[in-house]
Order: sequence, then C-alpha cells, then structure tokens
Amino acid sequence: MDKQKVLALTGNQAVAHAMKQINPDVVAAYPITPQTTIMEEFSNYVANGLVDTELVRVESEHSAMSAVIGSAAAGARSMTATSAQGLALMWEELYIASGLRLPIVLVNVNRALSAPINIHCDHSDAMGARDSGWIMIFNENAQEAYDATIMAFKIAENERVFLPVMINFDGFTISHSIDAVSILDDDVVKNFVGDYKAPYNMLETPTTVGAFDSLGGFYYEFKKVQEDALRNSLPVIQEVYDRFAEISGRHYRHLETEFIEDAEIVFVIMGSLTGSVREIVHEARRKGIKAGLLKVRTYRPFPEKEVVEILKNSKAIVVFDRANSPGASYAPLCSDITNALYKERFIKPVVNVIYGLGGRDLELEEIEEALKIGIDASNGKEYPEKIWISIKGKEVD
Amino acid sequence: MKKIDITRIQEFSPEEHPIGGHIQDAGNSELYKTGSWKTFMPEIDFSKCIQCLYCFIYCPDSSILVEEGKVVGVDYDHCKGCGICAAECPKDAIEMKEAIEEE
Repeated sequence: MDKQKVLALTGNQAVAHAMKQINPDVVAAYPITPQTTIMEEFSNYVANGLVDTELVRVESEHSAMSAVIGSAAAGARSMTATSAQGLALMWEELYIASGLRLPIVLVNVNRALSAPINIHCDHSDAMGARDSGWIMIFNENAQEAYDATIMAFKIAENERVFLPVMINFDGFTISHSIDAVSILDDDVVKNFVGDYKAPYNMLETPTTVGAFDSLGGFYYEFKKVQEDALRNSLPVIQEVYDRFAEISGRHYRHLETEFIEDAEIVFVIMGSLTGSVREIVHEARRKGIKAGLLKVRTYRPFPEKEVVEILKNSKAIVVFDRANSPGASYAPLCSDITNALYKERFIKPVVNVIYGLGGRDLELEEIEEALKIGIDASNGKEYPEKIWISIKGKEVD
Repeated sequence: MKKIDITRIQEFSPEEHPIGGHIQDAGNSELYKTGSWKTFMPEIDFSKCIQCLYCFIYCPDSSILVEEGKVVGVDYDHCKGCGICAAECPKDAIEMKEAIEEE
C-alpha cells in the first residue's frame, strides 16, 4: 500500500478530487446548492487541462441526466452531480438510466426538497429516488464520500451489475465542512478504476437503445431482470469494497456496527449524524447500558439478511430517519428495517425517530431522549412508534 | 453483448433479453411485424392502377411492394392501415377494406 497524502478538503472538494483522478469521459451537470462547488472545482480541472473530460454545461438537471444517458449509451464513462430539486428534475431520466442498465455515477449531495424552500440537508431527495432502480450508497464523512466516488464505477461497470450508482453524502455538514482526507496517489486510482470498455458501442456498431415495447410484450420481463441485477449487485459491491481496502487500508462493509454482540437497544442511522449517535452509544456503554449502533452504508440494494442477523438478538430498535414518508407506517429506513425483520419473523419494539429535516440539528440531549425511549421499549413499557424528536414547543416533563 | 432473434422477442424469458434492451442487429425492424395493428387494409385494383407510384412515395411504412419499377402489392406484415395510399391515389384504385383477423 502506497503512502497517502492527507489534505484538508471539504466533502465537495474531496469528491471533485476523486473525479479528477477518475478522469471520466463525459460529465454533464447544472449548478445547485450544495452540490455546486463540486462542479466549480471540477470545471477548473477541465479548464486547466488536468482531465480529458468532455464537460457539457447543460441548461437543467433534466438535460444533465439526459446527456449522460446519451454518452453512457454510446459507451463513454459518464458522471453527473446534483442535489434536491435537481435530483427531482432528473426523476424520469433516473428510471431510464437504470432501465437501460447504464453504468452512470451520480453524486447526490443530500438536501431537503421544497416547500418551504430550504437548502440544508435531509435525505428526502434521495428517498424520492429510492425506487428508481439505482444502487444507493450513503456516506458519513468526506473520506467516505471520496472513497465511494472512486469505487462507484467499479461497481456500476461490473459485468454482473451494469446499473447506475448514486453516491450520497450530507449537504453542508459534509459538503462544505473541511475535514482531513487521505488522498490516494493518482496512478493508484487510475489503476484501480481501470479502462472502461462498454459492452456496446454506438460508434462501432449501429445500436438501438430504448426500443419501444409496443403492446406490453416484454416490459414485465425487463423489470424482473432489472430487479435481479440490483439484488445480485450486493456481493459485487462488497467485492469492490474489499479490493479498495487493498489499495487504501480502509475496509468498508454494507453495514457497520459497534457494540452489537450483546446490544439490547440498537440505534440505526445513516449519514453524517452517525457521529452524534455513536457518541451517545459510547456514553451509554460507559454507564453500563447495553446500547449498540448499526450504520447503513449500502442502502440499495438493501442488505436485508445482514440487517436481520445484526438485529435479531436486540430487545428494542431505534431507527433514525432523515426523511419522512407521509401517511405511511414508518419513514423509509425504518420501513426497510421492519420489513426485513418481519420477513424473518422477528417482531420486536421499533421506535422511528424523525430527525434533521431541512438541516435541523440533532442535539445530543435528543439522542439521549431517544435512548430513554429505547430502554423503556426494551423493558416492555409503552413507547411511541414514531417520534419527531426535535419539534419545538413540546412540553418538558 | 449477444445478438437476438427479434422475431421471438414476445416469447423471451427474462434471461433471453439483451442487457438494457440494447439491440445490436442493425436493420432488424423488418423482422418485427407490426401489421396486426390495422383495422382497415388497402386493396389495390390493378385494372384502375396507372403505375404512378404515388402510393409507394407516400406510404410512411414502406409497405407498398414494388418490383422492377411497378407496384405489385402491399406488405400486410408492416402496413398499419393508415389509408394515406388510398387518399393519395389519383385513380381511386386503392380501397380500404375492413381487416379480418388472420387465424
């Protein structure tokens, strides 16, 4: 393993640096906060001739995703980046990218969806795209975002996968905060990512892409193939995580856990606020409370079997969701957790904590409050199934 | 990327479809029969036809069959029964008749 440089970078700068090292054939993007500084930095690399990328400055995110679908279909390694309303504007193309099985990489800097207008972080943008058939990876910090960006094409372009990958990390908290990031050598990244030879190439062979299924003759079969491909990508993603560990010394897994062996109350979370929850779990352990942590990294495909294996011996589960699913039983992450447990016939108390919408801070005191609720639930006492932990004006006991 | 027998596409199992539906066999739309869409089918009365080839020129689906410069019939596997040929024929030599489902 080569020695790595440690640089002080914001999450967006770290990702732009990864993009420079990947040197994709085509990048098309439109500015939107908090993603903008990725493309600002990357367009500098283009202007200074540090990359060979064809940078397409489009007039909207709808066009950005359309452009990379076109270039990916023609056999070019293609990337884009966006946030919130931008991802929402890409919505119809997201399904086309995954349906056509194009290995596009999209960096999504998580931000709340309007209204009311809000530029700060939550996961509602990504959750709106949850069922679009993309591989979705959530990152806790700038280092993870940098590493995930480098790994993304190795996953997307694998011949057992051929699916687009969405790299998620939290707006502002990660995108605009400076962190120490270990940077791999340019050649190490270049060798790891390798050359891309598309299985189809419009320039060499006339190809029909997205042919019309006139009378519903095969759409149904296509969707089954797509579902299988997404599920089968789970072991491939772990293989890429494993191979990345060889060059970086940083070994990722679909799920990361702490104190899980004997944990009675398990906190489940993904994204940047994992750090605060980890702090409370450590504090609980110091007090002799059997708390544990499960961080979800690979969100789609959802590693349901591993989740059940980790959670099956717990007495109560507290799931932190940074998005809501209005009118549904639980918010998205909690739904996935409860579905996975139910499928394996494990029924236990689950508390769904809604936090951080529109960039609302999750205070340590609030996580302690969630821990108390989790302890009550584990002791057979009454507990709320869904709680908006940071709501203002609530009565204090 | 595998080549596919497009004539069987309606019967394919999930695994038989090429990844993402990328079709590598250029010019295979001729093998994909679309004639079953039509409600009306053109019938040419050759006793009135003056071989002006208007129907051949106007047909949007290249379904007027021409051999050695002369109209010889209609490709009913691809004709969708739009009726443009009948409307453009200067001698009213083409009649749109109700298409009968072939068993």
